[in-house]
Amino acid sequence: MRTIGKEEIVETVAELCISACYDLCGDVSECIRKRREKEKSDVGRDILGQLLTNAEIASKDRVPICQDCGLAVVFAEVGQDLRIEGAFEEAVNEGVRKGYEEGYLRKSTCTPLGRENYGTNTPAILHVRLVGGDRLRLTVAPKGGGSENMSALKMFAPAAGRKGIIDFVVETVRNAGPNPCPPIVVGVGIGGNFEKAPLLAKEALLCSMEEANPDPVFAAMEREIFERVNRLGIGPGGLGGSTTALSVHIKEAPCHIASLPCAVNLNCHAARHKTKVI
Amino acid sequence: MSEFALTTPLRDEDTEQLRTGDTVTISGTIYTARDAAHKRLCDLLAEGKPLPLDLEGQVIFYAGPAPTKPGQAIGSVGPTTSYRMDPYAPKLIAEAGLKGMIGKGKRDERVKKAIAEHKAVYFAATGGAAALLSKCVKKCDVILYPELGPEAVRRLEVEDLPVIVVNDVRGGDLYQEAVEKYNEEV
Repeated sequence: MRTIGKEEIVETVAELCISACYDLCGDVSECIRKRREKEKSDVGRDILGQLLTNAEIASKDRVPICQDCGLAVVFAEVGQDLRIEGAFEEAVNEGVRKGYEEGYLRKSTCTPLGRENYGTNTPAILHVRLVGGDRLRLTVAPKGGGSENMSALKMFAPAAGRKGIIDFVVETVRNAGPNPCPPIVVGVGIGGNFEKAPLLAKEALLCSMEEANPDPVFAAMEREIFERVNRLGIGPGGLGGSTTALSVHIKEAPCHIASLPCAVNLNCHAARHKTKVI
Repeated sequence: MSEFALTTPLRDEDTEQLRTGDTVTISGTIYTARDAAHKRLCDLLAEGKPLPLDLEGQVIFYAGPAPTKPGQAIGSVGPTTSYRMDPYAPKLIAEAGLKGMIGKGKRDERVKKAIAEHKAVYFAATGGAAALLSKCVKKCDVILYPELGPEAVRRLEVEDLPVIVVNDVRGGDLYQEAVEKYNEEV
């Protein structure tokens, strides 16, 4: 049986936290560059240019793209034939603590009512799935608070259907306006139940910019939502323009005969996520 | 749309000339404060106690920077979403003389009214451009509430910090106006 030591997990998580916060994903930069050419507003083009320059500076100077280095959301796929030495959850949290400290990343985790900052950015929000094989796939997706606050969940009656969902996603983006730092990435979870739909929406944010849902029904919904939100006029920075969203991604799951849950998770342009398989 | 270069502290003459959509570069001393610091400052005002810093004519940047790396003046720093400071901003404007706010996102009607009544201004800085904006900060000192970590109040010396006027003394709102201009919904 293959064995991974705790130290390897700590080091990998730390490294992923730092690179996610310093290096904007190449597909996001490319998408901003392309949308900049089409952007109708002068101010909008200027802001998209600032975001590209910002990403270059962050990567070159090894500093965070955004001061909000997020809560550390970690997705782990653990191969069932793999043996992990030591406590897995502790190793992930130690990795987050180390990455945020050594990377000079902002620690934002605090107590909910007392608002006391733990100073470590732990505990991580950890999602673990047991899969086949003997590998460990770790994804660190730091998530900023501004766009998270603008996210929404609605438990629809099934009659709402396709149109109800599309309208809800568009309204969520409209209500968010300038607050989530547009241009945004829109993650949509359809189906599942009360806790599954938001997780699907979060997972949708891990898609690459060009990735479309493999089911043509949902891929068409992605395109329709994308076109509608970019007609809202919100634009880069919310200061008006034709680039409100960089991309829209849907993840779906089976649901109860009585329900049609829909979650919308918004991400700012700093759509940060890095993955490593060990 | 005009361009202005302003130096803090701001006076009525400075804010009266500004219009929604104007681009401004700010130089001089500004202060960072977020939710927790705003609550503490407003609690002091409510108790009739003096504030530990003089906000007359000053500008608050809604921001909590990333930690400073060796050799930097400040870590990455950019605006946080401003609506969370809406419950506190009118009090600081009316009672402490706060003149300018830098953040991102919409303000409520009470804040817009306080801006118009007291000749203040709300600017937006580009959200998520924190590595770029940090280059405008030449000096950073924690001056209040160090226990709040990223939410401590910092005094920044800035040079040509680029911002855009969102809410002006006439009650203008760039977010509304600009979005209407580019809205293509039927």
